[in-house]
Amino acid sequence: MPAHDVLVIGAGLAGQRAALAAAEQGVSVGIVSKVHPVRSHSNAAQGGINAALNPGDSWESHAFDTIKGSDYLGDQDAVEIMCREAPEEILHLEHLGVTFHRNEEGKLGTRAFGGASAARTYYVADITGQAIMHVLYEQLMKHSDSVARYEEWFCTALALDEAGECCGVVTRNIADGSMELFEAKSVILACGGNGQVWKPTTNALICTGDGIAMAYRAGAKLMDMEMIQYHPTTLAGKGFLITEGARGEGAHLLNAKGERFMERYAPNKMELASRDVVSRAEQTEINEGRGFPDGTVALDITVVPRKRVHEALREIVLVGRDFAGVDITREPIHIKPGNHYTMGGVKTDVDGRTDIPGLYAAGETACVSVHGGNRLGANSLLDTLIFGRRSGVDASARAKRIDRTRPSKAVLEAEQAQIDAISSREKGSGRRVSEIKLELGTTMDAKVAVFREEAGIQEALETVRRLKGEAESAYIDDKGSVFNQDILAAIELGYMLDNAECTCVAALERKESRGAQYRTDFPERNDEEWLKHIDLQLSDDGPEISFSEVTITQWEPQERTY
Amino acid sequence: MANYTLKVRRYQPESGEGPYWEEFDVDLDPSLSVLDGLLQAKDRDDGSLSVRCSCRAAICGSCGVKVNGSSTLACKTQIGEAHEAANRRSKDASTPPPRGADEEYKPAEGEERGARTREPGREIARDDERGQAGAEDAPIVIEPMGNMPVIKDLVTDMESTHWTKIRRVTPWLLPHGEAPEREYVVEPESMIDITQSMACIQCGACVSSCLSMEADPDFIGPAALAKAYRFVGDPRDAETKERLHDLAHDPHGIYDCTHCFSCIDACPKGVAPMDQIMRLRRKAGEHGIDDDPNNGHNHVTAMTKIIEKKGTNDESLLIQESYAPGVKGKLKPTKGAVKGLTESLPTVLRAIKTGKARSLSKLIPGIHPKLPGGAQDEVKAIYEHTEAHREEFNLYIKGEEGDEAEVAVAEGLEPPQSREEAVQ
Repeated sequence: MPAHDVLVIGAGLAGQRAALAAAEQGVSVGIVSKVHPVRSHSNAAQGGINAALNPGDSWESHAFDTIKGSDYLGDQDAVEIMCREAPEEILHLEHLGVTFHRNEEGKLGTRAFGGASAARTYYVADITGQAIMHVLYEQLMKHSDSVARYEEWFCTALALDEAGECCGVVTRNIADGSMELFEAKSVILACGGNGQVWKPTTNALICTGDGIAMAYRAGAKLMDMEMIQYHPTTLAGKGFLITEGARGEGAHLLNAKGERFMERYAPNKMELASRDVVSRAEQTEINEGRGFPDGTVALDITVVPRKRVHEALREIVLVGRDFAGVDITREPIHIKPGNHYTMGGVKTDVDGRTDIPGLYAAGETACVSVHGGNRLGANSLLDTLIFGRRSGVDASARAKRIDRTRPSKAVLEAEQAQIDAISSREKGSGRRVSEIKLELGTTMDAKVAVFREEAGIQEALETVRRLKGEAESAYIDDKGSVFNQDILAAIELGYMLDNAECTCVAALERKESRGAQYRTDFPERNDEEWLKHIDLQLSDDGPEISFSEVTITQWEPQERTY
Repeated sequence: MANYTLKVRRYQPESGEGPYWEEFDVDLDPSLSVLDGLLQAKDRDDGSLSVRCSCRAAICGSCGVKVNGSSTLACKTQIGEAHEAANRRSKDASTPPPRGADEEYKPAEGEERGARTREPGREIARDDERGQAGAEDAPIVIEPMGNMPVIKDLVTDMESTHWTKIRRVTPWLLPHGEAPEREYVVEPESMIDITQSMACIQCGACVSSCLSMEADPDFIGPAALAKAYRFVGDPRDAETKERLHDLAHDPHGIYDCTHCFSCIDACPKGVAPMDQIMRLRRKAGEHGIDDDPNNGHNHVTAMTKIIEKKGTNDESLLIQESYAPGVKGKLKPTKGAVKGLTESLPTVLRAIKTGKARSLSKLIPGIHPKLPGGAQDEVKAIYEHTEAHREEFNLYIKGEEGDEAEVAVAEGLEPPQSREEAVQ
């Protein structure tokens, strides 16, 4: 049985940062990931990372922008910590070797981003997430002695001891199908978000909400699950992301009549209003017939100088060319809002601790909450790093403090039995896993998206519950042990259905419009009744609802305009 | 929507049987990717078909495969284009292989002599006619990457090959002393320069396509060497010279690359690994590392100088200068030079035997023909222009291929003359 003091599940930015922080504390660390670490979805963060590092900027300004962006649902103590610690984290990354863009003086240079009152986004062309993640992986290779890497190992369940504390994880080695019970004093979930619940999405195929579902099944509370971000600029149909950096560099949004429509929705910030605001504006233009026949509006990058586009937005040039057949330096590209980010997740405190002792969560899996109802662009990388590091440190402190308890083999046997049951279903005994996934994705995108209303969410919830039943008898083709992706897809489907159910329940419950949750039947924000988090916990009847206060330190809710 | 046939090289390790081909019919929009096709086959027909994939947008580097024999990412290859490429490939396979350059051209039976010099427009028409003869619906051939063991279907073992080589180049920053209180202050261009290497997503397409690695599996290879340049070019790294010495002195290091351009063609991110290898060589030279056991540095220097002076390769000089640099014109060669020349003999003999050096007469110094007319001046001009514009070859500065012509025009560089004109 592999045993570590701290076991990190997921090896994107949050997971790698947590593992490195824990290793610095001198404990034994393992990092488990269902894909090779550099394949993780943090790669996709193109635009940059925020920090108030310039002399004229302040962490308070960054915090205020974040809180306003969150539509006042973000917990202000957590936001303060994130924004205060941001500059030091950027410098740490720079010292490790991240090739951040420089200004003419050779110092760190910034670009503008949405919802921000100053240009405080640090970046590497438009491959910022990739550049940071590859540098962290360099550090993992450097510290191979203190961090054991389990690359291409899939987690199926958390193991709790008799006291209800997390003491391990059940895993499947993808290479040979063997099941293994990992023992750990602290477990950090850093498994990313749940974008695959929607179709289309900017998220990778691996973003199936594994961490959120495993924590939920183990009894941890989830929070803000209704808050799902739709990014304003995604390629129609395919869902690929066009970075907000494009608008940061000056690109315009145009409707089919050639109007710069953001004038009507956010006259001050225009294209750089918060993402929820821009996405709603676009969807309104499209719904009211001012979009293009393919259900899109246009992003015009031709107004940005070509040389600058090549230097700062090269990835987008490639995406336009390879996936839309458009040269973005010469013509506008058609875009629409698309599923992008999970603001909600496993409820944690500012040190990543969940309700279950020994279980931590960080990054998109977690809900601290720093993003509240809407995440600002370039705050997600920051969230992963700050709270990844803090989780790693606190998880190590716990590991030094407590004695090891051995997880019971029963959980391993139960997981093995579950997998055997899936494998043994005959072809034709039910639906294909892929069919159920497709129906789930299209349903959620139709009913629980930019605009929502009670009947639609209710329909989605009923569909999800029917699909949960169907998943019980869904069959797979691959009965083998080696690299069996079919079995993993069946398990992931279960994770996604749990995520979807929680999102529907919370979206139905919140009878107001705030951040990403826009209810056409309750179009106003209602601080009196709804300035609070919706928490969900697994019960016999599915997610049980409770509420928790939003922490307010120094910024009282105001009307939100851009 | 259109129908395509995917011909996939499958391997199921638990079956006890060897690899086999299986065809899948899929039905999707031509603008979607080969990966979308594979996923449709997996979703609809056979969930056991295995391929690593995640982002679908050429950023995670999971889905490296060979499509129609070329190493690439399945997600970045449009299925419509892959189908056309498959058709072209099947036509090529049914026509005779290209003749050697020296062989006199003889028209094949029924082929008109003029067909060889037809205009581009005509060529397309001709291909279409041929297409009707049978190759219209060639399947899109999908195989696992090369130069790596196959685990299952399209899934390869990258750990034992690719990642082991990456770790070989000490892939982390090695700064000296305490980090500054704020950021390291560096030239802005230096960060842009190494960002091209940082753009690498470790997909392995270059490794898969590398011809040198096929011949020498121990070759450090294009991906790992591009990674090495990321540190060598980084002004914050304090062990530049040690890194360069290590990579130059490894017999499977920077001088093991044969300059075949395969990795540049295969790379889906424009990293141009071979360019990074050439930069490592240049930097090694700049750091005075000229004593590598492959004679690599001397060979590269000799080749560069000869072309600059004569326009084409003078083989006699190349061997002399590679093995005994500076020996030419010396009446009393140094001991080292004599040793070098002696050591070159097996290479000379092998070169003659294999036809690389075509005859003994070619090896007599001083009779190498010069380029006619002013052609040599043009070669010199290319050298000078290249020297003066080195940094602009970085993709993050010049943009994609389509912009090259514009850059040249903007800078007043004349378009190159066609070869016929130059020879006249």
